[in-house]
Amino acid sequence: MSVHAIEKDNIQDLYRELILDHARAPRHFGRLEGATHTAQGINPLCGDKLALYLHVDDDGTIAASTFEGSGCAISVASASLLTETVTGLPIEQAEVIFRSVTDRLTATASTPGSEIEGPVRQRMSKLLALDGVREFPSRVKCATLAWHALHSALDGDAKPATTE
Amino acid sequence: MSHAHLKSTDSVADWRKDFPILQQSVNDQPLVYLDSAASAQQPASVIEAVARYQREDHANVHRGVHTLSHRATDAYEGARDKIRDFVNASSRTEIVLTSGTTESINLVAQSFCRPRLGPGDKILITHLEHHANIVPWQLVCEQTGAELLVAPIDGQGQLELDVLYSLMTDNVALLAIGHVSNALGTINPVKEIIERAKQHGIPVLVDGAQGVPHMSIDVQDLGCDFYAFSGHKMFAPTGTGVLYARESLLDAMPPYKGGGDMILEVSFESTIYNELPYKFEAGTPNISGVIGLGAAIDHLQAIGMARIADYEADLHDYMVHKLSELSGIRLIGTASSKASVQSFLLDDIHSHDLGTILDHQGIAIRTGHHCAMPVMTHFGIPGTSRASIAFYNNNDDIDRLVTALTKARKVFG
Repeated sequence: MSVHAIEKDNIQDLYRELILDHARAPRHFGRLEGATHTAQGINPLCGDKLALYLHVDDDGTIAASTFEGSGCAISVASASLLTETVTGLPIEQAEVIFRSVTDRLTATASTPGSEIEGPVRQRMSKLLALDGVREFPSRVKCATLAWHALHSALDGDAKPATTE
Repeated sequence: MSHAHLKSTDSVADWRKDFPILQQSVNDQPLVYLDSAASAQQPASVIEAVARYQREDHANVHRGVHTLSHRATDAYEGARDKIRDFVNASSRTEIVLTSGTTESINLVAQSFCRPRLGPGDKILITHLEHHANIVPWQLVCEQTGAELLVAPIDGQGQLELDVLYSLMTDNVALLAIGHVSNALGTINPVKEIIERAKQHGIPVLVDGAQGVPHMSIDVQDLGCDFYAFSGHKMFAPTGTGVLYARESLLDAMPPYKGGGDMILEVSFESTIYNELPYKFEAGTPNISGVIGLGAAIDHLQAIGMARIADYEADLHDYMVHKLSELSGIRLIGTASSKASVQSFLLDDIHSHDLGTILDHQGIAIRTGHHCAMPVMTHFGIPGTSRASIAFYNNNDDIDRLVTALTKARKVFG
């Protein structure tokens, strides 16, 4: 394989069709009326900003989640995938997924959510599309921004989540 | 250092060869560096001057009787003389060495403005400024109760001069204005603006961070009271900067930082401050960096700032022309008088995605808000991609940029 082809592959691995699809047409985009949990995510490096809204039922299930804001393809796609993934899950499981995703993208963990079983595991398989950022250290924060916002929303943290 | 040992400076094609960092591949493609407005690269002459100083001459300045301290002091103060000559200040006492433009502006805010500001006073800036020429003024306004006025810009990124002039009233304590906009490349007509400010008795600070690398600067001809700039944007090491200030103003200003080197005599009862410009230079300075700045000035003067300005004007026009031919492009910043910089948007591709795709083709550009968020707000966008040139760039660099942008459109197609 030529050097040029490898370079091209990396870029295509980063901008996979699923990522581009979610970036062009983000799911659950907009403000959520009656949200019980919200958080801002800010990447001070680039100025990307998003707001994440959750409606958590009394039994601790995330009944609905939406987001709004502006950002690059990676951060918007990641936020869109997040809302698809966590809607319908108990908040404890959403927290486990947060850890799993951030560990996988920032460190050494190999299989996302190996501790998670069953249908949720399957649901998480789409998140593997974010793996392309692991080859682009400067872009990892774009992918993790929404997830940090999720964590701080569930934590009831009043301060905006940042990637720093 | 004499100009004599400089090589390869007499032909445009050779200018680039003096920059070792540009002779490499990035992501398996020859590097195209189009981010000089963020930080410019250093020629071998600068790198060697710094290295030779470290190897042979290093000691602390202004305080030793030994040979190395003399050599270090001579080299450091020699650089100050070169800077004085480079901007045509009337005296070396008017050249305060700082860590960069940011510190130079903060020095003026805290030492010149703060003691003389109160409620009812105003600081006048423009909508074009980058954060280093906004936040220091906000701080001093908070501290004193003064008010910050912002002169507007038009859709091309040019100052609305009529409005700027109408804001020049008697209670404006200072006008702080960029010479060249870092985000848009707009060259402000600072000489004319300074003349108008003088009619109202308003002192003027010019933020010259993006001016000095691209054009010949004569502070006496401009008539400004302060001129601030950074070494690293003019091919010198980071952590070096200059504040030119009129001697009469510096004389009346209290010190900005306290410490060694800025004193004549210290007791616990009182301290007598050192003479100009040392009153403003507390602590051991960035000696090697300043020596590098002196070497950068030698390099620029060997080529000639007028030749650099001419060459860059053509290259800038070529860049604007080639970019404007691309489908899907929107140029941000289209002032009639511009230097060095072109900001743009491509389709609806976010600038970070564009930056990554270009980097993978060996091309370095800046993406985001360029530390000038209000400028982005003016255009209703979160950020831009920005290509910025220096005299070591050429038409091939622009062609590579255009090819890479075309490829980016395909990735997102």
